[in-house]
Order: sequence, then C-alpha cells, then structure tokens
Amino acid sequence: MNLELPTITDGQVEILLADLLEHYGYDFTGYSKASIKRRILRLYSLDKALSFAEFRYRINNDTFYFKRFVEQITVNVTEMFRDPVFFKTLRDVVLPKLGTYPFIRIWLAGCSTGEEAYSISIILKELNLLHKSLVYATDLNPIVLEKASQGMFAMSQMKQYSENYILSGGINDFSSYYTANYSLAKFNDELKSKLIFSTHNLVSDHSFNEFQLILCRNVLIYFDRDLQHKVLRLFDDSLEGLGYLALGTKETLDFSPISPNYKRIPAEKIWRKVI
Amino acid sequence: MGKCDALIIGGSAGSLDVLLKVLPLLRPDLSFPIVIVIHRKHGTDSLLPELLSGRTRLIVKEIDEKEPVLAGRVYIAPSDYHTLIEQDHTFSLDYSEKINYSRPAIDATFQTAAEVYREKLVCLLLSGSNADGVNGLKSVNGWGGIAVIQDPATAQVAYMPEQAAIHAKIDYTLGIEDMAEFINLLS
Repeated sequence: MNLELPTITDGQVEILLADLLEHYGYDFTGYSKASIKRRILRLYSLDKALSFAEFRYRINNDTFYFKRFVEQITVNVTEMFRDPVFFKTLRDVVLPKLGTYPFIRIWLAGCSTGEEAYSISIILKELNLLHKSLVYATDLNPIVLEKASQGMFAMSQMKQYSENYILSGGINDFSSYYTANYSLAKFNDELKSKLIFSTHNLVSDHSFNEFQLILCRNVLIYFDRDLQHKVLRLFDDSLEGLGYLALGTKETLDFSPISPNYKRIPAEKIWRKVI
Repeated sequence: MGKCDALIIGGSAGSLDVLLKVLPLLRPDLSFPIVIVIHRKHGTDSLLPELLSGRTRLIVKEIDEKEPVLAGRVYIAPSDYHTLIEQDHTFSLDYSEKINYSRPAIDATFQTAAEVYREKLVCLLLSGSNADGVNGLKSVNGWGGIAVIQDPATAQVAYMPEQAAIHAKIDYTLGIEDMAEFINLLS
C-alpha cells in the first residue's frame, strides 16, 4: 500500500511561477494556488518528470516544453452552448438589444479552443446580426488559438452540442453548420468570417477596444480576489455604457469595486453597465 | 477537543439516503465545517442544498468560489465544477477535466483538503459505484488525516467503500447508525 504525497511542494510551485514571470513574462502569481498546483502536479506525473530540478530545467530551457507547460497548466475544457439557458438569454434578451446598434463589437476573453466563439457566431447568424458584428476572441495561449481558428471539433461531441444548441433556442438543424470530416466536424467558414482570434493576457495586457458585450466565463474562478478585481476593472474600462458583461455560472461581480455601476439580469450571470 | 478542523463527505450512488439519515442527528453547534461532495447530474444545482437544509439545523449552502470555509456549516459542492480547498481556508472552483468520469470529483476535494488540514482532517467515503475518492483517501493517509468509510455491508452500492478498503488505510468503518455519533464526537 503506497501512501500518496505530492511530489511538488508549495514552495516549488512559487519557484516555477517566478521563473515563468522572469524568463517568459507570463504572470501566474495571481492564480488560485490549489488549482494551479493541481495542474502542475498533473503535468509532472503525466510527463513522468524525474525530479523537480529536471522539470524546472526543461521549462526554463526548452521553449517547446515551456509552451506545453503553459497549455497544460491553464484549463482549456470548454463546450459549445455550455449552459444552454445562458445562451438562450443571449439570444432572446442581450443580442436583440445590441441588434439596434449599427455595429456590434463583442469580446470573448479566455476563448480557449473556440467552442463558445462559434456558438456566438451561430446565434448572431440566426438573428441576422452576423454581417454587422465583430467578435474578438482572445486567450493568453497561442496554441489553443491556433486550434480555435481551424474551427474543427471532435465529431464525437456533436450529439451533446446539438442537444445544447436546441436547449439554447436554436432553430435550425445543428448539423447544417458543419461538414463531417472523418473524426472531425469542420464548421462553415461563414461562421468564422467575423471572428478575430488573437492573444491577449488578462493579467498583463491592457484594454484594446470598446465593446458592447464582453463574455468571460469560467476564467475568473482561477484567479485570486485581487486579480479578479483587476480584471473586472479592465472589463469595465473596455465596456461601453449600457453594454453587457457575462460571467460563468459560479462567478459574480458582487464583491468587486465596479459592481455599483452594474445591474444584473435576474437569474443570470449577466450584468448591464448602467453608468 | 479540537481533533477535527474539517469533515469532508464524499459519495455517489446510494449516498444521498445516508446523508438524509445522518444530517438530522448532528449537533447544531459543530466546531468544524462539513463539506459534501456527491456526484449528481449537471443542472440540478439548487435542489440538493434545499433538500439537505430541511434536514438539519446547521446552515447548509452551495459553495461559492473564494468563499471562506467556516465552522458549523454544511457546504455542498456545486455540480459540474471541482471543489478545491486553499491553504487560506477558502474554496476554489475548477472546471478542469473530469476525474473518474466525475465533476465534482471527490478526489480533488479530499486531496486539496488533506494538504490543508493534515492530521485534523476527517474524510468519509460513502456508497458509490466508482472508485472516485480512493486516491483522495490515500492522500489523507499520507498527510496524517483520518480516513473513514461507510461499512460496505450497509452501502446500497458497495464498490466505492470496498475499493477504498483495498487501496487505502482505513481508520474507521462505520454503519449508517454510527455515523452521527461519530461526527458529533469529533466536535
């Protein structure tokens, strides 16, 4: 019977995070500690690292491995139309309001491999708003953005996504949006015509435009409170008056200094900027 | 007596009935928090805390991210997120890959809690049909905490506590009738 003790200490996690900041400019020091430590331990065991020293050396000296490290310690689990009720509110309430504008600018922050970006494109298309919309989909990680820009997702997921789509108020045959290509579903090019995939690091980069809708779902949960407040201020700086901010199911604006400027859509994690 | 700083209860198929029997018998002034991680279908969020709060005088609530872990409360892990415990005794939520086909995974909570509360942690694994929680109990062993399982003979689905008994060092094996008294005496 072997007793399990973690192979990396909290102090060693701090060392790795300090290295990343010093050598690569990636700042993970404001991330929730338990979560990032689990990610690091997972990769350490997945890649069968021989010792902490070897693991650290590789991250600091092998650019290819460093990229893998960043990809693996950030969480890139996502779905199309995840939380269908949320997307139904986007479809029925938020986007029709924005549809009265001559031009719609949307920022999807932390877009990962792009499943939500294509979901939003589909809704915009069905509302006849795609032609006058632009969706900036950003992530800190260039590898996931590369995947996102291909618009290809596992065929095995399509049954689930189709169910989500219908629950979110989708009106078409979901399979009309992609062509099956062996194990992959390739989404129609029209859907990505208004998507701009680009790197942006919420921790270190500034506001780059003004938007009427910002979505950032299940990203803030990985940040400590101070970093959450900082990022929410960045969103506030990037959102027009009467614009909307959408967060994940378990995230909230409530404890943030910007919350007095916002009014929540009842029962949803969507806030409207009222100042 | 201060021998317990936190109790984490994990379970899957057949565990809800156990909770419904045990919760009403708990002292309302427990000196530690109880965190409940049970597998359930995504989308049934609000029902479980409501159901359980009707059975106890302790405050029952679903966990919010970054919330402090306070004594005398019963916290329910939300569906479709992993619940982690931070060194500063707050909760973190995590939407990473499922573990043992489960999110929430009992292992994730047991393992992070083991490192935080160490020998003052008690983890109780109930009835269930997969092996989630077993690695977590091994971590609890490693950090000096107390590993407890439901007596497989009393479990609707014995697999989970059985696997724990095979792979981890179990400090106590409890029948359903003995659980409330055991928990009350930890206070």
